Amino acid sequence: MDLGSDIYRQQILDHYRNPRNHGSLEEPTFTHEGENTMCGDLIEMDVELDDDDVITSVAFRGDGCAISQASASMLTERLIGMSLEEVDALDRDDMIDMLGVEISPMRVKCAVLAEKVVQDGADIHRGKIDLDRTNLDDS
Amino acid sequence: MGVTGSALLDVDRIRRDFPVLERRLGDDRPLVYLDNSATSLTPSPVVDAMATYYNEYNANVHRGLHQLSQEASIAYEDAHDAVAEFIGADGREEVIFTKNTTESLNLVAYSWGLEHLGPGDEVVITEMEHHAALVTWQQIARRTGATLRYIGLTDDGRLDMSSASERIGDDTAVVSAVHVSNTLGTVNPVDDLVDMAHEHDAIAVIDGAQAVPMRPVDVGSMDADFYAFSGHKMLGPTGIGVLYGKEELLQRLEPFLYGGSMIEKVTFDESRWNELPWKFEAGTPPIAEGIGLHRAVDYLESIGMDRIQRHEEALVSYALERFDALDDVEVYGPRDPATRGGLLAFNLETVHPHDLAQVMNDFAVAIRAGDHCTQPLHDRLDITASARASFYVYNQPSDIDVLIDGIDAARELFIA
Ligand SMILES: Cc1ncc(COP(=O)(O)O)c(C=O)c1O
Repeated sequence: MDLGSDIYRQQILDHYRNPRNHGSLEEPTFTHEGENTMCGDLIEMDVELDDDDVITSVAFRGDGCAISQASASMLTERLIGMSLEEVDALDRDDMIDMLGVEISPMRVKCAVLAEKVVQDGADIHRGKIDLDRTNLDDS
Repeated sequence: MGVTGSALLDVDRIRRDFPVLERRLGDDRPLVYLDNSATSLTPSPVVDAMATYYNEYNANVHRGLHQLSQEASIAYEDAHDAVAEFIGADGREEVIFTKNTTESLNLVAYSWGLEHLGPGDEVVITEMEHHAALVTWQQIARRTGATLRYIGLTDDGRLDMSSASERIGDDTAVVSAVHVSNTLGTVNPVDDLVDMAHEHDAIAVIDGAQAVPMRPVDVGSMDADFYAFSGHKMLGPTGIGVLYGKEELLQRLEPFLYGGSMIEKVTFDESRWNELPWKFEAGTPPIAEGIGLHRAVDYLESIGMDRIQRHEEALVSYALERFDALDDVEVYGPRDPATRGGLLAFNLETVHPHDLAQVMNDFAVAIRAGDHCTQPLHDRLDITASARASFYVYNQPSDIDVLIDGIDAARELFIA
């Protein structure tokens, strides 16, 4: 099909329809959940760390728009092998680069939800912050 | 298919008055504007009427002795008369110009609510209220100690009138209900609700934001105490809304905003209020917008509200027929086109409405996606959001065909 905007590139659709690392882990080191209340996007992520705080496995589940779910799926692939410091350094631009499409300001929250969930989860795990769940509409 | 030609308006002719409909978007597709419940498009005569004010008699109202001010004052006051006649009010005394429906409802809640409500009083609203009413009464109830109660819904999205009889009782001080739901499309039996309120000496406040644009409304025969709506949803400009109020209630009501124009006599110690409706229009009012709204009312009347209602019904029944053929699309609200306004909220299986709206945008179709300012209603329907297509005088059956093409494309992208 020939559509004007190509926000839904094949790669994004593929991750949306067949999410990678979807489900949950048996023994996660930490689990964290976040949402965009306005959109109703929801992501919950399980992360397992080795003794050096390097991510060995990740799983996520969620509900929401194609951008939020595909970006979570793509992010989980990148997270494996990352240290928590590397996770800290992830930002909005990394997520948008990873998606490889232009994201309108309206949809940026969808694109960064998974990143915020894993970062907040890591911060809670290290005792840096105290938070029940991430809500991008609060910030 | 099931579009009865005679029920439809002469859309080709009407469309010539809306230059924005000539726009082509994306890869050169004609705009299909189906977001009318959010705001309607503005016809050239309305824009021209406002331009004429700015170009020819731009002045403040009520306070000038010079010619321009007199012309502006007359035009602005006439606009109140025109709106009064349009909705069946007794005269300009009963028509207050505000910023929008939201401000109109806040005016009632603050001025009437803060004075009359207290612990033991009940405010009865419906589960399908727009946030403009719901959030406002929630806050006023909290501040006054009154209790907020909700009239429930039937499974097909109508008001449950047995729940209404249970909720509306001797402790009820206000019944506030939406005339036409902006999400379910339901046309509520407001005459009955007003009667039920009055039987218990409560006042009835009706949110007519979606009703006034689409069907004949007569506040007099309805006997509502207050009735609120917005100019920008009925071919008028943004920045102007209307609050109708019964004259005897408005006479007794304290002003909501204080300042210039709303006073008759001021001393260092006290002030006396101006006559109606100016007592409720503090400061410089929306003059150009009032003049634009007057022209919009004339435009609607020249088409005829009865005919607009039939046009909406014809488009909704055609849309329902097309949607019924899609078994992966859920449409919310009543099925009978005669009891619903010209809008349809829906969901395509698990596809998020934002994704759907984005694909629609590629077809140059403008629809709304989200919670439409009815979050509690969406909770009640157990969904986070929905897509909504809403029709107006310039929409035609082929617009609905393009909408269906967009749904088919979204299905292919996200599900197939
Ligand atoms: C039923 C209903 N009530 C109130 C409003 C609020 O209107 P406005 O934003 O013009 O104040 C709307 C429109 O969004 C509506 O559909």
